Amino acid sequence: MSTMAFLKRSPWILHYDASSCNGCDIEVLACLTPLYDVERFGIINTGNPKHADILLITGGINTQNREVVRNLYEQMPEPKVVVAIGACAATGGIFRECYNITGGVDRVIPVDVYVPGCAARPEQIIDGVVTALGILEEKRAKMAGAARMKDEVRHAEQAGEST
Amino acid sequence: MPERIIVPFGPQHPVLPEPIHVDLVLEDELVVEAIPSIGYIHRGLEQLVQKREFTEYVYVAERICGICSFMHAVGYCQGIEHIMGIEVPDRAKYLRTIWSECSRLHSHLLWLGLFADSMGFENLFMRSWQLRESVLDVLEDTTGGRVIQGTCKVGGVRRDIGQEKLDEMLRALDPFEEQCRDLGDVFLNDETVKYRLQGLGVIGKDEAYALGAVGPTARASGVPSDIRETGYAAYGDLGFKPVVETAGDCYARCAVRVKEVYASIDLIRRTIDGMPEGPLDVKVKGTPDGEYFSRVEQPRGEVIHYLRGDGTKHLARARIRTPTLANIPMLVKMLPGAQLADVPVVVLSIDPCISCTER
Repeated sequence: MSTMAFLKRSPWILHYDASSCNGCDIEVLACLTPLYDVERFGIINTGNPKHADILLITGGINTQNREVVRNLYEQMPEPKVVVAIGACAATGGIFRECYNITGGVDRVIPVDVYVPGCAARPEQIIDGVVTALGILEEKRAKMAGAARMKDEVRHAEQAGEST
Repeated sequence: MPERIIVPFGPQHPVLPEPIHVDLVLEDELVVEAIPSIGYIHRGLEQLVQKREFTEYVYVAERICGICSFMHAVGYCQGIEHIMGIEVPDRAKYLRTIWSECSRLHSHLLWLGLFADSMGFENLFMRSWQLRESVLDVLEDTTGGRVIQGTCKVGGVRRDIGQEKLDEMLRALDPFEEQCRDLGDVFLNDETVKYRLQGLGVIGKDEAYALGAVGPTARASGVPSDIRETGYAAYGDLGFKPVVETAGDCYARCAVRVKEVYASIDLIRRTIDGMPEGPLDVKVKGTPDGEYFSRVEQPRGEVIHYLRGDGTKHLARARIRTPTLANIPMLVKMLPGAQLADVPVVVLSIDPCISCTER
């Protein structure tokens, strides 16, 4: 079993409200509380981007929020997955035509999973996170593969020097 | 004199579901000044009236805030109806009251949970949100949406609640009230909660009035202002007394909301009992020409929708003054003198809704 096996099932989540109406945000919190209660699987809403594996982001991102979102994304360690929740996070939604809405999270940071809905239901959000887990595992495997290749090259070089 | 340091609080902070930034000026552990800066959720919804027809703007009004969405729709619709001289049928008014009070219930339970979370009382947080789910179930059953309802429209409401469902709601209210009273009992009588909240962030009656506070924040300081007393929707028929506390501290603000949960349950019960028969809506003809200040009591306080129409399909101007904006001056006065560890509790005690504030 890999040392990172816990990542497969119990990711830590960072939630940020990037100019949404609050509807999706309270649904994200509803996922964590009784009835849906994903905390029982060890999925924890952390406030610290440096501890997070999955970024749940809602809203269409206004001008002032762009830097904050980028900053949060960059602080998260690899591998990381971004889940855009709700219609606003996908395209700007009903706020698309507002003068200071960027329109979609993917214009600021790369997005892996889109969760539809206005507001997105907790079931959909959980489904989105489960999809994100698969992508997280893929990214992790890729990183591990790249690291192994680097190691092999280094070993080969060392072996070449010693002979 | 101790050295002054500035601690940034937010925009991304574990205790805040929404981004607000406060610069806290500290002397050791004591806050001496708080400088808020907002703008992380500003979307420019007021300008959107020029792009959406006045009947369509209800959807935008609902999305000013996802927690009190139904009340925003009611405020907007009442404004337009007043400008156009539309008389809404009684049944629609009663249905609006039921959904408004359901929204208030779910908003207050949500706040109680977040407030417990800010004190570090996780168990209470989970319990409050568990109760909130049963309110959301009723909202979903009757409107189709959990947080955004979409049932209010200019001229009435879109959906009816059948008699069978009304009876079922009435039956469900008794056990629900009992559970709420158990929950409220912890908030009001638990020694640790009292110890944490009493005497924290005190604002007197005159100061609260002078700062223009609204809603539970004002009522906790003894200002008896509640827009439901003006008798919009069905509140005029139901008879309504605001819940007022006088201490003006975090405990009083919590107590007002706990008691408002009980009051809302009572209001829903009386609304269902007095539900009149009749049509749900009237036909809307023409376009709004004129202006009106529409006032509605939200969970967080009074919201004002100023609407001006110029006889076209698009309103000329909308201005929305939301309760949290009115309560931020209170917050700035409350924070100095608090310990750094108490800042999350004090910030949450005004029930900040940043999406509303910035529109």
